[in-house]
This record gives sequence, structure tokens and C-alpha cells, in this order.
Amino acid sequence: MESSQLSGLPEYVKIVEVGPRDGLQNEKVIVPTDKKIEFINQLSQTGLSVIEVTSFVSSRWIPQMADHTEVMKGIRQYPGIRYPVLTPNLQGFHRAVAAGATEISVFGAASESFSKKNINCSIEESMERFEEVVKSARHMNIPARGYVSCALGCPCEGSVTPQKVTEVSKRLYGMGCYEISLGDTIGVGTPGSMKKLLESVMKEIPPRALAVHCHDTYGQALANILTALQMGINVVDSAVSGLGGCPYAKGASGNVATEDLIYMLNGLGLNTGVNLYKVMEAGDFICKAVNKTTNSKVAQASFSA
Amino acid sequence: MATVRRVLPRRLVSTSSAGTFPKRVKIVEVGPRDGLQNEKNIVPTATKIKLIDMLSEAGLPVVEATSFVSPKWVPQMADHAEVLKGIQKFPGINYPVLTPNFKGYQAAVAAGAKEVAIFGAASELFTRKNINCSIDESLQRFDEILKAAQAASIPVRGYVSCVLGCPYEGKISPAKVAEVAKKLYSMGCYEISLGDTIGVGTPGIMRDMLSAVMHEVPVAALAVHCHDTYGQALANTLMALQMGVSVVDSSVAGLGGCPYAQGASGNLATEDLVYMLTGLGVHTGVNLQKLLEAGAFICQALNRKTSSKVAQATCKL
Repeated sequence: MESSQLSGLPEYVKIVEVGPRDGLQNEKVIVPTDKKIEFINQLSQTGLSVIEVTSFVSSRWIPQMADHTEVMKGIRQYPGIRYPVLTPNLQGFHRAVAAGATEISVFGAASESFSKKNINCSIEESMERFEEVVKSARHMNIPARGYVSCALGCPCEGSVTPQKVTEVSKRLYGMGCYEISLGDTIGVGTPGSMKKLLESVMKEIPPRALAVHCHDTYGQALANILTALQMGINVVDSAVSGLGGCPYAKGASGNVATEDLIYMLNGLGLNTGVNLYKVMEAGDFICKAVNKTTNSKVAQASFSA
Repeated sequence: MATVRRVLPRRLVSTSSAGTFPKRVKIVEVGPRDGLQNEKNIVPTATKIKLIDMLSEAGLPVVEATSFVSPKWVPQMADHAEVLKGIQKFPGINYPVLTPNFKGYQAAVAAGAKEVAIFGAASELFTRKNINCSIDESLQRFDEILKAAQAASIPVRGYVSCVLGCPYEGKISPAKVAEVAKKLYSMGCYEISLGDTIGVGTPGIMRDMLSAVMHEVPVAALAVHCHDTYGQALANTLMALQMGVSVVDSSVAGLGGCPYAQGASGNLATEDLVYMLTGLGVHTGVNLQKLLEAGAFICQALNRKTSSKVAQATCKL
């Protein structure tokens, strides 16, 4: 044990599994509804406490999520596990609730250009939209999570200031989001920029209300996550098998793989409650369904070729 | 779902160190040796030479060129003398070669080697299975090399394998790593490269190992050599940098597999390492664009995809 100057890592890390939504959303092969349901049911048996199920977005934009209602209704909702869904607007929110959703998420961006390109409105306009959604959610005692995309860089604008991310995060937190997930959407961040970002955001939002959502496009995800843990963050988003590509960098990889994240956290002696082997099994299942090899190095090493 | 909360030993990592890094990092490029050694396809001599020349042009300060090992053991390295003689030796760049025994050392020197490397392991079982002797015996065998190298003013680098885990012994004690590292250092090795041979390490274990070794060997003489078998290499390397290590081994395109885990990946990719260091404002002297070109070249020659995520992201399909 070192001197008392050293602070420990968080004892427990909550993993938010976004494979069924963020992962599948970026996969070319459309997965049939029953396979999505089976996938989520398998994930529910791994010990994961939060599984992002689907997105109530128009099927015109995201064909993969067209079956959002059927998936939401079809999954087994295990007690103690939360199944948030994305709701980009009030219409999506009402549909989600009608389908049985008990937690929702809204997606903001720290870049004006990205916001306009992605959801066809300015950051301010999107915040006004989300206010409506979050207000309705709170009225019904439905928790709302806020995402901030492009937290460490934007495909259109390039660098993004920590101040801008803080401003957007504060807005989402202020309107009632219980947790803000800071997303390195195109995976360009490195530990230095992650540290600067968190130093800024943590001035306005308590660390327990923050999460990091790192894409592994440039192989930096685990290093960035380690930095976040060292700064006191204890909620990390990941996707089983590292599902999802990057729509902004052809051929690039997507989310950080849940298996590789768990491997690191286990090695660090941190509690996650998640069974790595069961996650690998779910990963194997979904990789067969999307017809691709896993992006998880742990899975690659464990399943002999 | 009820979860059992075990009381696990927590790896304490200083948050105050989350931001301190060396200003300069020396990257030791091991692609032509450690990388190629673990690739199935035999690469022609001319291709190896071209790769090394391209790596030199990318600004890497150290490029491990080859291994003077018997072709019986490592067919890929059979052309060691031709490669060493054939490469362009850029001023200011070092081209160390592996010398597993005195015969190899002599052949290396005859072929023009100006720096050599020797290998120890932190695991008795690994040493026994690999070269059929104990760790102590293996180090004794290098005595001859070290004496001759010292007389010829040839620097010797020492590698320690299995520092974070062994395919046979499992856990490896940091004290054992420190013992072997200390021996190599006191025998005359100027630098000790600590290798996570099967990539099983995680940042806390890296930290514990380095803490022990740093009691015996000054941090300026230490390097880390992380394999990415379980995706942990960059995070482990980050931890090492936070502890003050400023020499990192890596392999262009993340070449090499893992002989102990079929289908698994190998070395940390130099491109991904450079990306991180550049983002951290750490000076490496490496031109990423030229490095990417070298990676693309060797992957094409090997008929395989790159293991570097940076290369994958930059490549337009």
C-alpha cells in the first residue's frame, strides 16, 4: 500500500450495455426482431444492471431500430435490471411508454454542426425538444439519461472545447437528467483530452452523475476509460463484442467491447457484478446474427480459432 | 438478479498521477523481429529490408531488425545476416538484434550489429519449457555475451518475459520480476524491457510490478513491452507512463499473433501508441503518416489486415 496521498479507484463500476442500441444501430446487417429479443434476454442473464434496448426513432433514419415497439414488448424485463430506450422527441417518448419503457434517454451534442447534421436542428432547439421529453418523463416518474455526443471531438468541427461540453451537460442535468453520458463519438480522444474534459464538467456536475461512452475508433477507449476511473467516474458505457462501426470513418471500429472492459475492471479488482463468460456467450450469439467476427480481443483470445 | 459482492483487493491508482507524463518517449519498434517472428507467412528478405527502411524514414529511434537465432527454431529469421547487412543504417537510429546465445552474438557482430538484446523470463516453468534450463542457468549463458559485448563497446538490452503472467505458472510475483530485472541490469544490460508476453496484464498489476522493479532498477533504464492479446496493452502502457517509464516497445500494424492463444492478437500497434502519445503532447519523433505507410506495406506483403485501429480508421475502404 502506498502513502495516504493515493486515492483509490471506485469500488464498484456500473456498466451500461449499449450493444442492442448503439451497437446494432451501426451494423449493416438488419437483425431480425426475435434475434434482438434473444440477444437482450441473454444479456439480462449476465449480471449487467443496465441494458439499452432500442431507440424510438423514425425507421426512416435508422432502419435497424424500426422494430422498437416489438423489441420493447418482447424482451423479458428481469427485476433489478433497467432497460432504457432512446427517445429523440415527444412522439418517440409516448410510443416508448406505451410499449412499456420505464427509463428513457435523450441525445444532445456538443457541436452545432453535428447537431444540425444529425438531428436537423441547433443545440438550443434540441434542448428545447428534450425539455419537453424530460418534463413529461419526470411527471410520470420515468428517469431520463442525457447523452452528449462529440465530447472529445467532432467529425465536422474537429476539436470541441470542454467548456461547450460542460454547458450542454449542465443544461441536460439541470432539466432533470439523472446521469450524463459523455460520448467520444468518433473515438478521437486521448487520456489528456479526457482528463481536461472531466476536470471541466466535474466543476458543474458531480462525478456520480457522470458516465463515459468511449468509442474505440483509434484504439484509445480503454486508456481513456482508465483515466476517467482515476478521476472518480464509475459509470461506463460499452457494447458487447465491440458492436457498431463508425459512420464517420469507413472501416473503423465502434464501441469499446464490454468483454475487454470487464477484463480490465476485473484485473483492477473492481466490482461490476457481471459474468464475463456469459457476456462472451451473448457476444458469440450476436456476432453470428450480424455475420461478423467479434471486435473484442478477450473474445478473440478465448475462442480458439 | 442477486449479485454476490466479493471483497476484492482494489488496485490503488493515484488520481494525482492521472496527468503526469514524460515529455519524451522513446519507441522501440519490434515489428521486424517480434512482430514478423509470430507471423505465419514467411516474408522475403527484400521485403523485410524495405520495411525496416520505411520504419527508419518514419523517424523511429530504435528498430529491432532481426534475431540471430537458429532457423530451425524461427524460420522467419533465417535471413538475419542478409537483413542486417542489407538495411540502410540511418544516423541516429539504433538497430538492435536478438542474440539468444554466443554463437548468435558472434554471427551478429560479423554481420555488423552495433547493439544486441538478450532474453530472460520471470517464470521458471516458462524458461524450462522454452529453453530447457532454469532462469539462473539461462542468465549464466549470457555471461559470455555480456563480457564480449562490453569489450567491444556494444550495448546490450535485456528482455524479461512473462512479467504480468505466464502461460504455465499463471500469476507471477512482482518480486520475481524485480529479481530477474536486477540481475540483467547488474550483468550490464543498459535497459530492461519488461514484457507482458501473453497480454494478460491489467493496469493495477502493471503498477504493482513496476513498483517492485523500480526499487531495484532506475526507471530511466526501464521499458514496457505490452502485448494486446486481451486489449489491455494501451491502458497498461498508460499506467507505465504515469509511473515514469519513458521507453515503450510496440510493433507496426500490431504485427504478430500469440503462440499461446490461437487467433489472438499480438503486439501493441505502434500507430495506436503514437496516436495516444501525440494526443498527450509527448514527443516521439515519429511521423505517423509514414508509419501508416510502412504498416500498409507490410500488411500487404503478409496478406493480412492491420491490427492497428488508427490504420483501420484512416483507411478508406
